[in-house]
Amino acid sequence: MAKKIDTDVRRFKQIVRGKIREDLRKYVTQGELIGRKGKHLVSIPLPRLDPPHFCFGSNRTSGVGQGEGENGTPVDGAGDADGHGGGDQAGQHLLEVEVTIEELAKILGEELELPNIQPRGTRNIKSERDRYTGIRSAGPESLRHFKRTYRQALRRQLAEGIYNPERPAIVPIREDRRYLAWKSRQAPQNNAVVIYMMDVSGSMGSEQKEIVRIESFWIDTWLRSQYKDIEVRYIVHDAAAREVDQHTFYHLRESGGTKISSAYELCNRLIDQIYPPSEWNIYPFHFSDGDNWSGKDTARCVELMEKELLPKSNIFCYGQVKSAYGSGQFKNDLDKHFKDRDEIVTCEIPNREGILDSIKAFLGKGR
Amino acid sequence: MNLTPELSRIKDEIREHALSYGLDFFETMFELLDFDQLNEVASFGGFPTRYPHWRFGMEYEELSKGYTYGLQKIYELVINNDPCYAYLMNCNPLVDQKLVIAHVYGHSDFFKNNSWFSQTDRKMMDRMANHGTRIRRYVEKVGVEPVEQFIDIGLSLENMIDYHAPFIQRRSSQAPVDEDQEGGFVPQKLRSKGYMDRYINPPEYLEEQRRQVEEARKETKASFPAEPERDVLGFLIEHAPLERWQRDVLAIIRDEAYYYAPQGMTKIMNEGWATYWHSTIMTNRVLSDSEVVDYADHHSGTLGSQPGGLNPYKVGVELFRDIEDRWNKGRFGKEWEECEDAVEKRRWDRGLGLGREKIFDVRKIYNDVSFIDEFLTPEFCVEHKLFVYRYNPRTGQHEINERAFPEIKKQLLSMLTNMGQPRIFVKDANHRNRGELYLWHQWDGVDLRFDLAIETIRNVHRIWKRPVHIETKEEGRGRLLSFDGENPTIKDTTPSE
Repeated sequence: MAKKIDTDVRRFKQIVRGKIREDLRKYVTQGELIGRKGKHLVSIPLPRLDPPHFCFGSNRTSGVGQGEGENGTPVDGAGDADGHGGGDQAGQHLLEVEVTIEELAKILGEELELPNIQPRGTRNIKSERDRYTGIRSAGPESLRHFKRTYRQALRRQLAEGIYNPERPAIVPIREDRRYLAWKSRQAPQNNAVVIYMMDVSGSMGSEQKEIVRIESFWIDTWLRSQYKDIEVRYIVHDAAAREVDQHTFYHLRESGGTKISSAYELCNRLIDQIYPPSEWNIYPFHFSDGDNWSGKDTARCVELMEKELLPKSNIFCYGQVKSAYGSGQFKNDLDKHFKDRDEIVTCEIPNREGILDSIKAFLGKGR
Repeated sequence: MNLTPELSRIKDEIREHALSYGLDFFETMFELLDFDQLNEVASFGGFPTRYPHWRFGMEYEELSKGYTYGLQKIYELVINNDPCYAYLMNCNPLVDQKLVIAHVYGHSDFFKNNSWFSQTDRKMMDRMANHGTRIRRYVEKVGVEPVEQFIDIGLSLENMIDYHAPFIQRRSSQAPVDEDQEGGFVPQKLRSKGYMDRYINPPEYLEEQRRQVEEARKETKASFPAEPERDVLGFLIEHAPLERWQRDVLAIIRDEAYYYAPQGMTKIMNEGWATYWHSTIMTNRVLSDSEVVDYADHHSGTLGSQPGGLNPYKVGVELFRDIEDRWNKGRFGKEWEECEDAVEKRRWDRGLGLGREKIFDVRKIYNDVSFIDEFLTPEFCVEHKLFVYRYNPRTGQHEINERAFPEIKKQLLSMLTNMGQPRIFVKDANHRNRGELYLWHQWDGVDLRFDLAIETIRNVHRIWKRPVHIETKEEGRGRLLSFDGENPTIKDTTPSE
């Protein structure tokens, strides 16, 4: 039922949405939203939207309470940090607003002007979908259609002339039973897999990892709004690469050298074994501080990309997080080799402020 | 939805009990709502319809969320109107419904009889609907956003009204005589025949009259308003350069603020009175044996206070009971006050039996401030373990500071005075002879929150459209907060009083 309050609620939500959008950059860079992510909802703390009033400030720090206790006994519950004088003045409370992830992705998309992603047309794969479309006279009991069965029974009884309007008892017999029938349809389906690769060598500090974490959260959010199902794989590498789970991906700290090609090889293997490009939209993201073992390894990386990764992927994104130790040479090498190529985006992320811009660079092409 | 036959029967029964105790209430209409409808009505401040504004939506979102998570649930909702409307939640158990019905009759009696409510509009239901229509009309005319933004501005000033204004005429209602008349004031002559005129209207007297009036005018011109004006919102409606619809929007907000004000001013008494009556009616007349435990559970839930907190229901009902007891036993007046013998005091019982009568009088003429001022006694503070707590910067906690009666009373009164809000006046509407608005905060030891104060004078500026100042103090030193339309400033100043 439509309620009178609905318009006000709608307006309130619009205002909240505006506020989130206004402060999106802040929310994106803080990274605290990630922890607040539920299954489908993200709850965002907003300052309450109350109009400002003349009111008392923080030096009203006394009040009246009730209960036992010597002088000097702490009073819990009475008064919070902003001088809650026995409930006479509500302090500034936070308003927890729940936004669906789709909504958040939409806001992000609008703010960054991200285009909708066009799945690669030729690689649309078909999958079978069952839908109930009709009725038939045989089937499992669990699919029996109650109403149609009785209707059929009524029809039969009328035809047989045994229906008595005075005593309208309808008893279906075996032949009256009707069951739901389904049809299988071929539906185009988009599958997407995101493969995150991260350099965990000694030069990547915790701030760098935090940046990667925040960035991949938002990339995830956006891609999830574009694809129905999405799979995510995580690869970490120093001198050797291995696949890990999400938690490890963000928290692992290794030290040691860096051999980027190891990650690319593993990624390539993963694609070949599990995600054939004919069936999957593939998004490899690689984050590193740009230090590689040797020029020889870089050459190997370029070769791998040229021959294997780039043809298989929708887009290959390389994000270079600035760190105190990294030389940042790898990005230069990539840029040199893949000038003017659409399938690869490289981007430097100097600090947290750079996250949104790099997301825009990565996803702005709509591939 | 109307009451079920069973509830309707119960309501009639409780109504009879309430009447027999001498309660005198408006006819009270109960409606049965589900939680969602109740949340909606509660978001609208108890009314079925209000003007469109997002904050009602925000309220609703919060209430619904609180209900969904099981954090809160509204038991009763009653509005001051004739007839009185009250809402029951349909999923509450029967014993709760009984309690709420009895409680509501207490409120309804209070609304009708307490003198602080005497000036409120008893047809507020209609008036609120009327406000809705007016604002919707403005929305159609000038658009959603301008109206909404203006309402936001108005709401930020809604606490700047004169809570006592409905009872006192502070200004003469006569329109000031046409001030800008050319050639100054011409005193009225008494009727006379031409040859008698010199004697009936002596020129010297006329001249004297003219001089007096001109002088008085000059004086009022020098300071306008003549006296500091407490009803800032009303002042702005009268004198700010506004469009018609804007003036009306502010008038609506002010109207509603005055309507809600007595409820803020009598919270302890109103809840105490209703609680007194639900417990009296329930325990003496209505409860069946099987309901006692549930009733006790709910009742104690209402009166329970978290450690350190102060529950208005609890303080109110206990004070009413204390007054009843004292007047029953004659524990008042000169003789009682002057008695120093503790033993005798403890045994004191003059058997007057005036208690009931007294509390009916009390509910008629007091508000929270005068109620506490008059009836809070040292014995009461001891018995109910009241204390003053203070923030201890060393431990970063609020700590019990003392249990001395004068301190407790002082603290309570200062919290209740002006509903715990700062007193703001318009001091000069032509500050520096440049049409700037000079507000004055009557500082009583507690500072304003400066960030919000700046935001608020920004909003005043949007209405006044000339620079706005507010004089206040910070830890006793004079401060002047100003907003000239571009930059807010905070300066030291010499306090004017």
